[in-house]
Amino acid sequence: MTRKTTEKIIEGGLALSGALTIIVTLGIIWVLFSESINFFKEVSIFDFLTDTEWTPLFTQKHYGILPLLSGTLLTTLIAICTAMPVGLIIAIYLSEYAPKNFRNRIKPMMEILAAIPTVVYGFFALTVVTPFLQSFIPGVGTFNALSAGLVMGIMIVPMISSLSEDALYAVPKSLREASYGMGATRFQTSFKVIVPAASSGILVSMILGIGRAIGETMVVAIAAGQQPVLTFDPRQGVETITAYIVQVSLGDVQHGSVEYNTIFAAGITLFIFTFILNQVSYWLKKRFHEKYE
Amino acid sequence: MKSMSNLLLNRAIDTTFKYVGIFCTFSALAILGIFLVNIAMEGLARIDWDFLTSLPSRKAEKSGILTAWTGTAWILGLTAIISIPLGISAGIYLEEYGKKNRLASIIEVNIANLAGVPSIIYGLLGLEIFVRILDFGGSLLAGSFTLALLILPIIIVATREALKAVPKTLREASYGIGATKWQTIWHQVLPAASGGVLTGIILALSRAVGETAPLIVIGALAYVPFVPTSPMDEFTVMPMQIFNWVSRPQHEFLVNGAAAIIILLVITFIMNGIAIYLRNKWQKKINW
Repeated sequence: MTRKTTEKIIEGGLALSGALTIIVTLGIIWVLFSESINFFKEVSIFDFLTDTEWTPLFTQKHYGILPLLSGTLLTTLIAICTAMPVGLIIAIYLSEYAPKNFRNRIKPMMEILAAIPTVVYGFFALTVVTPFLQSFIPGVGTFNALSAGLVMGIMIVPMISSLSEDALYAVPKSLREASYGMGATRFQTSFKVIVPAASSGILVSMILGIGRAIGETMVVAIAAGQQPVLTFDPRQGVETITAYIVQVSLGDVQHGSVEYNTIFAAGITLFIFTFILNQVSYWLKKRFHEKYE
Repeated sequence: MKSMSNLLLNRAIDTTFKYVGIFCTFSALAILGIFLVNIAMEGLARIDWDFLTSLPSRKAEKSGILTAWTGTAWILGLTAIISIPLGISAGIYLEEYGKKNRLASIIEVNIANLAGVPSIIYGLLGLEIFVRILDFGGSLLAGSFTLALLILPIIIVATREALKAVPKTLREASYGIGATKWQTIWHQVLPAASGGVLTGIILALSRAVGETAPLIVIGALAYVPFVPTSPMDEFTVMPMQIFNWVSRPQHEFLVNGAAAIIILLVITFIMNGIAIYLRNKWQKKINW
């Protein structure tokens, strides 16, 4: 075999493993679609989108995704309202205020916070945060959306602060110096110059944070409960799309039954949400890079 | 007079924000601290030799994590075997070969996308493909393949970044003495990038060790009364065992959960510690 053919074979092999990632995506789409189609043969898509009850595991069956959706959105909203301000303040502090060696020491610690398995965060929500909330807010249940959302928020702070900080850090020095030269304080420079200049990067961090919270499973499965109710009361237990998939998977549901197919219908709903968020963030990232390079 | 007070006000705001920043940064770390102390207080007393070497049991005080940690070790090994060659090959292709072609740019968008797919969706993929169609059942093999696909994007991205950091001069010197492209990559570029690649692999595997959701979906069992001895055996893993104990109402099981969390965190922190250490060492070396 000549060197040239060997080289070609190797290149082909490498390309094949790259192409595998495309097959994974196609596989995900195919699996979700084909099993959901079985589901929508039994349940009309209109009922799925408008029915306000989700009780596939009961005798009186209802297949309305809205309660699961409201549970998912409620916990995600709480998480992002916690994580975004805190994450952004940390990012601005580390990028604009903190001494460099302090920043270098804090970043690995933040990485540790991000490396903790999510099941551990679930334990934290159930055994520490929920009792704490119950001590001063009346009516907080053992399982509730507030505790799960807050802990998810804490969980995604490192992600938001690190991505936002990268964006802030990438803003050219000349902008900062021009602002300081006009006599602006660091606070004015940060909020009137740097944050607007890095806004698309900050937005990307927020979108990825939302995507992470929507898809998060263990924290909500442990701490938010398994009651699919259409509510926006954060003290109540709710069920998210992911927690429902876990609930069904833990039980013994026959393949091919409508109950089995529901987890794929729930899964495709989740996938569509995160897919859209991914597209938006990818597009923003591209635009942002074009601006400063 | 007015401008004077404005100046003072602006300075005051600036200083206030500085302390708000310090407060936020430290409260994030303080929460981490509270959290670790709380778990240590709950679970540390429960850890002993019996806890590590006992099978699970209906009685909390007799239960151990033998099946859980052996399952985690199996999963770690098998996932590594499956994902490392694939991830590195794909990373090499994208960084060294596919600079401008269409396939590579599609793969790139696709990887960014895959990295954002929730882990539980990988579980649904694994359930359909590995558990049902390939008929692996709820085995270690099905779990490892599922997790390997999950961490593939992380390994690919890490490989690319490590390769990108290797200076051009190294490649040119190798081409200059007549080496082919692959010889250059295999003998020069890859060894030079190995520190960065290894860091990425360890971080990706530590992610796999902590995953629970996809394994629940593919049917990993909460109660496995035997130690797995082959890739086709049913299994449980540490996070799965923790989830199972935490979901029970009795406090004794919660204590077991806390004890198992300590072991899981030790594994995670050791893996991350090694990765951070390697990265620092490698970053110093790469500044040629």
